[in-house]
Amino acid sequence: MLKDLFGKKRKFATVPSSTISRVPASEDVAVQAGAREKEVPEGLMNKCPQCGAIHYSKDLEKNLRVCKNCQYHFSMTAQERLASILDGGVLTEEFDAELVTGNPLGFPGYEEKLEKDMAATNLKEAVITGEGLLMGNRIIIGVMDSRFRMASMGSVVGEKITRAIERAIERRLPFLLFSASGGARMQEGVLSLMQMAKTSAALSRLDRERLLFISVMTHPTFGGVTASFASLGDYNIAEPGAMIGFAGRRVIEQTIRQELPKDFQTAEFLLQHGQLDMVVHRKELRGVLAKLVEMHTAQEGVEAWRASSPLKSL
Amino acid sequence: MAGELPFEKPLVELRERIKELRRFTEEKGIDVSEEVMRLEQKAKELAEQIYGNLTPWQRVQLARHPERPTTLDYIRLIFTDFLEVHGDRVFGDDQAIVGGIAKLDGRPVTIVGHQKGKDTKDNIRRNFGMAHPEGYRKALRIMEQANKFGRPIISFINTAGAYPGKAAEERGQSEAIARNLRQMANFGVPIICIVIGEGGSGGALAIGVGNRVWMLENSYYSVIAPESAAAILWRDAGLGMRAAETMKITAPDLLELGVIDGIIPEPFGGAHRDLQKQAENVKKVIVEQLEQLSQMAPEELIQDRYEKFKKIGAYATL
Repeated sequence: MLKDLFGKKRKFATVPSSTISRVPASEDVAVQAGAREKEVPEGLMNKCPQCGAIHYSKDLEKNLRVCKNCQYHFSMTAQERLASILDGGVLTEEFDAELVTGNPLGFPGYEEKLEKDMAATNLKEAVITGEGLLMGNRIIIGVMDSRFRMASMGSVVGEKITRAIERAIERRLPFLLFSASGGARMQEGVLSLMQMAKTSAALSRLDRERLLFISVMTHPTFGGVTASFASLGDYNIAEPGAMIGFAGRRVIEQTIRQELPKDFQTAEFLLQHGQLDMVVHRKELRGVLAKLVEMHTAQEGVEAWRASSPLKSL
Repeated sequence: MAGELPFEKPLVELRERIKELRRFTEEKGIDVSEEVMRLEQKAKELAEQIYGNLTPWQRVQLARHPERPTTLDYIRLIFTDFLEVHGDRVFGDDQAIVGGIAKLDGRPVTIVGHQKGKDTKDNIRRNFGMAHPEGYRKALRIMEQANKFGRPIISFINTAGAYPGKAAEERGQSEAIARNLRQMANFGVPIICIVIGEGGSGGALAIGVGNRVWMLENSYYSVIAPESAAAILWRDAGLGMRAAETMKITAPDLLELGVIDGIIPEPFGGAHRDLQKQAENVKKVIVEQLEQLSQMAPEELIQDRYEKFKKIGAYATL
């Protein structure tokens, strides 16, 4: 970790501290499949990449990692996200924590990279899944963490998400997924590609079972993840300013040399182009999600009407 | 009051005169209360005469009144916990259609409706309530979801028609409307449609295939806007009034033709005179109808809707 303290990044002010153990996530995310997010050394302060305001890390955390000055949404770790959404801040049950990635293609240097990310993030892979409570309602939840291999989807990410969906079906619970991803994981090649089909097939079952899926896209969500489960929500929600797309800006500009609008692939751009149901500020997100879950969990629709109708004895 | 219609002018003038007389009394201390009372009685009679005998064309004008309550007004006044959703997941988010989920007396429902603007700027954003294909596809997406989760659907109809334009044709306006008609016929949840203003043609019907279809007293529902009918029939859009009178487009006409199931009364002078009261009237009908329809199984609802539309039409046999 010590070497990370030196000369890697520009967009923050760092005061090394032994009192803070959490590693803040970096914001300068290269939107590119498999791109590596640079780690930020632990620090007392963070600089907003949008407006330049300096925040004490503790203040930023208290404000759900949203810049008080310009409302820029810093990315969250999976643990922070769970804490911000669930009752009591933690899962009641974590799924498949023992699943770890092998190196199926024998890709040079892959294991080392995984080990490094494991050490830096205290995670075994790029997604945490489990069951928890959201304002009293049981939910199955998955959260991707962009610090781990840019939350790219390899076999383990695909498998964990699929199993979480299967458990949602078994337990007849709604499924919420916070995605953030560079896309498919290059080091696992075509096996990564097939995780798109696997997760989507599981969602097809969930759909057939008439169970709720809410997809929350956070910054950044790209490539194979957007082109599979992230886009398949009964409700597709994104955080303000999140970059979401299939091919990243650089790829498009360099392959077909087309000039792109400034707000290209922002959450707001997607809302306007019919891809999202809502763009929700992080401070309102828990409330909106709880309301949606409640309206699909409590006695549903026609059932509620039938039960309360004065004509029910007919 | 702003937004007075031409046929209301005599009444407006009379009320102005009463106001003037009152002011006169206050300022000069001369008692003209007898005259005021006489005029007030006259105003009451005049109002009854005007609003009690509205012609079809006058109803069309009320249906199009710039202050007429819109879908979002009814959503605000009738429902709680409204969560608006957006987009067709294909091309865009057409703001001429709004929709989402909400609660009605604590029970979940899905709402879709045309949305007209409240002022020029709003109207440009809402395209005057005339949807493009993406609007109908958004509505369909929202209704399909209601069907998936077993939620009743309430639709508010208020459009001059589907938008006629190049972009709309390129993206398949007809296909979008047609698909909605087919899919709505097959939903196993109760569907209640309320024509709150203009029921303009296929653009209205695209969210109008309900188990129950009700109209507000001063709304209209027509195969085409009266002006356009006049343009086709007599090559003169200026003859809209004549078309309105001949085409049987008012709520009482449609009730008689068996196209709608009931009429929701409006306050004297039109829905915009008392939003609260109007919303109460609408809510009462929705709740009553939903409580009846929720007794039916999904297959029964589909059958009920099929039969409703099957029996519309007039023919003779040799």
